[in-house]
Amino acid sequence: MDLRRFLLAAALAAATSTWAQDRFIVVSSTTSTENSGLFRHILPIVKQQTGVDVRVVAQGTGQALDMGKRGDCDVVFVHNKAAELKMVEAGWFVNRHDVMYNDFVIVGPKSDPAKVAGSKDVVAAFRKIRGAQAPFASRGDKSGTHAAELRLWKMAGIEPKGGWYREVGSGMGATLNTASGMNAYALADRGTWLSFKNRGELAIAVQGDQRLFNQYGVMLVNPAKHAHVKKDAGQAFIDWLVSPEGQAAIAAHKIGGEQLFFPNASR
Amino acid sequence: MGAEGVFADPRLWSIVGLSLAVSLSAVVLASLAGLPLGAALAVGRFPGREAVIVLLNALMGLPPVVVGLAIYLLLSRAGPLGELGLLFTPQAMVIAQTVLVLPIIAALARQAVEDAWREYEEQLRSLGVDGLRGALTVLWDIRFSLLTAVLAGLGRASAEVGAVMIVGGNIDGVTRVMTTTIALETSKGDLPLALGLGAVLICIVLALNAGAHLVKLAAERRYG
Amino acid sequence: MNGILPLRLEGVSYAAGGRTLIERTSLTLEAGASTIVLGANGAGKSVLMRLMHGLLAPSSGRVAWQTEGPRRRQAMVFQRPVMLRRSALANVLYALDAAGVPAAQQLRLAREALEEVGLAHVAGRPARVLSGGEQQRLALARAWALHPEVLFLDEPTASLDPGATREIEAVIKAFDVSGTKIVMSTHSLGQARRLGDEILFLHQGRLAERAPVEDFFKRPASAEAAAFIKGELPWI
Repeated sequence: MDLRRFLLAAALAAATSTWAQDRFIVVSSTTSTENSGLFRHILPIVKQQTGVDVRVVAQGTGQALDMGKRGDCDVVFVHNKAAELKMVEAGWFVNRHDVMYNDFVIVGPKSDPAKVAGSKDVVAAFRKIRGAQAPFASRGDKSGTHAAELRLWKMAGIEPKGGWYREVGSGMGATLNTASGMNAYALADRGTWLSFKNRGELAIAVQGDQRLFNQYGVMLVNPAKHAHVKKDAGQAFIDWLVSPEGQAAIAAHKIGGEQLFFPNASR
Repeated sequence: MGAEGVFADPRLWSIVGLSLAVSLSAVVLASLAGLPLGAALAVGRFPGREAVIVLLNALMGLPPVVVGLAIYLLLSRAGPLGELGLLFTPQAMVIAQTVLVLPIIAALARQAVEDAWREYEEQLRSLGVDGLRGALTVLWDIRFSLLTAVLAGLGRASAEVGAVMIVGGNIDGVTRVMTTTIALETSKGDLPLALGLGAVLICIVLALNAGAHLVKLAAERRYG
Repeated sequence: MNGILPLRLEGVSYAAGGRTLIERTSLTLEAGASTIVLGANGAGKSVLMRLMHGLLAPSSGRVAWQTEGPRRRQAMVFQRPVMLRRSALANVLYALDAAGVPAAQQLRLAREALEEVGLAHVAGRPARVLSGGEQQRLALARAWALHPEVLFLDEPTASLDPGATREIEAVIKAFDVSGTKIVMSTHSLGQARRLGDEILFLHQGRLAERAPVEDFFKRPASAEAAAFIKGELPWI
């Protein structure tokens, strides 16, 4: 019985590895992009139009950038422009392009203890939440979303600490699960929020502030630092993302009729 | 995609297939190495033997996420085996699960062989059979009891998510298995779907266990 | 032929767990006569058998065969037979293989041994489903297949019913007749009389008496032997 199982497993392994002889690249991206379903939507089109098989490993922005630094992927596609540019300057990445943006929203319990619902001013809202000591769930995981959240607290002149501020140390979905369970406020990207199904008592409280604008960028791991990087296939993917076809595909991705990402690659 | 619709989705069945392929391969490899190792440890006598036994038993409790991290560091481009390009492939997942399951199978085999050795030792030594040959003879003789050890290993492998998540990367269509899918759907808040997948996973493991148990019963009836 | 007999025990003693189980003993076993090691439970029969067979190392003294490497030339049958989870034939083959018998001869020797003990008709059956008596006969076949010069038997019928006991004794008698030296321990006086030529009587780890079988039962020289004979069976 063992022998038969072994042969089945060997056959499966052989099958997956021969299929992997096609051009494939490893792209490290974020959980927010993955959870929004964007890759499910665009990767078949990428394969069709460029012949490149894109394998996405989704984690927090911090981990994704680290992975690029280590050379464990070929392309990085995240949303923390400041950090991306710093690493390009340090020589870890090359050929960075803006790709698209989406926005963050603040979600919170319908009971709205901090009285911020309907506001368009995120900094003022943050101050009110702090003032009311209303529970707030933070990702706390070095992600792009977490970095954006910390920037906003800084703008509000607040150092978030105390029993009301809960660092979950997880991805967006897990953080939203926790917020839903605790009836807490949280900062989320619109894409994850739209596809999130466990909302409980939560709803969008604050949106539309320019400061909630969230820029995504793509870049190639520097072949000079890591000779094994698949630079042709990787560059093909990057070129596609900023091309008219790629930008159109991104805009076409909708959840419940709502567009999630707004392409803004410069010509 | 609703919870009902997903069971008709061919993607689900390729995820199930990959889960089984990875875990079964790991269990086969871990058995090939771990069963003789456990048998040799049961029968051998050398200074420090008790310490090795304690260590092996303790390794049964290796946290999967720690194993995943260790294998990741080995296979990463920045690590010693980076050249192999194994990271984020099903092969890496098999490696990680083999490491995780090996101590379980070896430790349980050690216990089983040691218990049986008491019955066999005198007779085998009288026939001039000793050492490793004796250990392997006993190992084969108690093969149906060893199914329990192998099933324990299979249970551990198919249940864990930490190791395969880290070394596999949960890549859609390539390294996504049942447990990592459940983790993903949970994090997307799609709890009914996650529960449905969990039920499928449990049913599969249950079926494997039941099958093994029937084999054991049939064999006992036949061989005594 | 360079036989392994006579076997010499020189000042052999054995102690374990703080107790002396066999006191300093010297004796010689010659070819020919079947030797019965007799004594009450706890007298040390099993320990003495294992010392002679080589399963136990003496605490002092030495156990010396006439020629070196007696592994293949002697075999032992225990009170409870231990069979592998395979067919009866496979169990005998295993023993032959372990003894280094060339593969070409193994099958023939195994079948002959099974024939000898009357188990040829169950050669293909799993050994563990055989009855207690059949398994003990299989153990005898397994030992016999190696054509040993010396066959040790440690209380081989103690766990068997009278019918099976008779069958086993018949096989042992046949081996004795064909030239194998029999060394058997028992606590049954009747069995000792039926199968033995000489008696080694053990009492509390000491060789209390050694005599030809009829002399031992009619005129026991030691007090312990006399008491043992009297206490065991009133209808002697």
